[in-house]
Amino acid sequence: MSTIGARDALEAAYRSEARHVLATLIRLLGGFEAAEEALHEAFAVAAEQWPREGVPANPYSWLVSTGRFRTIDRWRREARLAQAMPELLTQAEEAQQALEPAMPELIPDDELRLIFTCCHPALAPDARIALTLREVGGLTTEEIARAYLAPAPTIAQRIVRAKAKIRDEAIPYEVPDRAELPARLESALQVIYPVFNEGYMATAGPGLTRADLCAEALRLGRLVVELLDETEALGLLALMLLHESRRAARVDAAGDLVLLEDQDRSLWDRARIAEAQGLIERALGTRRLGPYVLQAAIAAVHAAAPNARATDWAEIVALYDVLCRVDPSPVVALNRAAALCMRDGPEAGLAEIETVLGRGGLDDYHLAHAARADMQRRLGRDAAARVSYQRALELTRQPAERRFLQMRLDRLGDGGKVTRH
Amino acid sequence: MRYVCLIYFDPKKVFNQSAESNAVLAEIGPHDGKLKASGHLVMAQSLTLPNEAMTVHVRDGRMSTTDGPYMETKEMLGGFVMLEARDLNEAVQIAGAMPFAKLGYIEVRPVVDYSRPRPTL
Repeated sequence: MSTIGARDALEAAYRSEARHVLATLIRLLGGFEAAEEALHEAFAVAAEQWPREGVPANPYSWLVSTGRFRTIDRWRREARLAQAMPELLTQAEEAQQALEPAMPELIPDDELRLIFTCCHPALAPDARIALTLREVGGLTTEEIARAYLAPAPTIAQRIVRAKAKIRDEAIPYEVPDRAELPARLESALQVIYPVFNEGYMATAGPGLTRADLCAEALRLGRLVVELLDETEALGLLALMLLHESRRAARVDAAGDLVLLEDQDRSLWDRARIAEAQGLIERALGTRRLGPYVLQAAIAAVHAAAPNARATDWAEIVALYDVLCRVDPSPVVALNRAAALCMRDGPEAGLAEIETVLGRGGLDDYHLAHAARADMQRRLGRDAAARVSYQRALELTRQPAERRFLQMRLDRLGDGGKVTRH
Repeated sequence: MRYVCLIYFDPKKVFNQSAESNAVLAEIGPHDGKLKASGHLVMAQSLTLPNEAMTVHVRDGRMSTTDGPYMETKEMLGGFVMLEARDLNEAVQIAGAMPFAKLGYIEVRPVVDYSRPRPTL
């Protein structure tokens, strides 16, 4: 094999195998640090050997074996050098025994173990996200920092502390058992969905990394679904696919947001919608309804409608009624009010929004004021709409959303000549 | 990515002939060898004591010198190691395994990537 061919093979192996190899090495060597060192060593050996001896038939097995062997060998040598370190020798023996036969097979469970460890509820939510993106997603600290517009040392610190906590509290490296699974799965989904949203909602900042976040969240969602046939995991994957299906339609050529009701639905990705519908059917078959399945079901009703007017708003309101019982949060109640407006008209919608706002908890939520402004505008109450739009504008920093709200405000200035769709 | 690890320590704690500091000093050579073998080491240099340093500056076209280091502190810059690492976390992990981390402090600084815009302050 040519040197260039081997180098390409090495890069391809890094992209496709590194995280699987790492996940297995953490199990075999009993910790992140040893596994990361072993992974690095395995690729260093590959860089030297592959051009000479050819790419192994199963790069994953080769890399795991090499990394493990090198580490155990090093532990033995270090234990001999510093005779006062018998625990290294024990560690080496244990790691040696942990893996027979010599050629390990790809165990997808390892990556699931890694997800559950990185998303452990004992870790702070921010730390879970950073750790998952780096260890499971293979992103670098700097890439995560750019995606979250945070300084790299802040992200690095979170990762260092999270790993120390995993080690100090001996957080086990395993897929939780049946009894523990629902709560632990929720904790994992609470990492995956914000990662997706960060990539999907934020149009500020460098574009490429943002799309990477969505792709990674989808990959994680699929991985969980493949290995665990759990309702809420199916629901979350369906929900993300439905959001993703509208990507091409939600921003116009100028980079401005296009509301769902104004989107060109021929741009929606039908393959993703069909996949999501299949997942929702599977989830509904289990008869255990959770917030993600319900949100996905609502998004699927939108996806099935040829235009906003022809949407089955009665079905959407009914699904929101169920969702409000499962997840009685003010944001869900607000979304239900917006659906009610579409079913029963802006008068009923505005009354419901005022009720929801009156219960508190949404005063600083810009979308609540934007929704109220929208109802007021539809009812021709321009002065009230202006106040609400201005409040919404004060509460958001997001450039595309600011442009949208400003445009609505400016049109009110024209005497409120807004055409209805 | 490349990172420079700046190693700071109190020379009185390093060159005091204690068993602890001598053990750390003896580890450095073999540790550099390990970093080289793993492909992380770009270069490493130790610096002599600050009393051998000179500090230079030019103002209005005139050069002035002072003897001693730029900053007179109890802890001195004792050396630097340039690393090749995947990201900041890997660099920090490597720095944490350096023998001097046990006696002093190691500041990890990313090397400037010229493809990114220069900061404006």
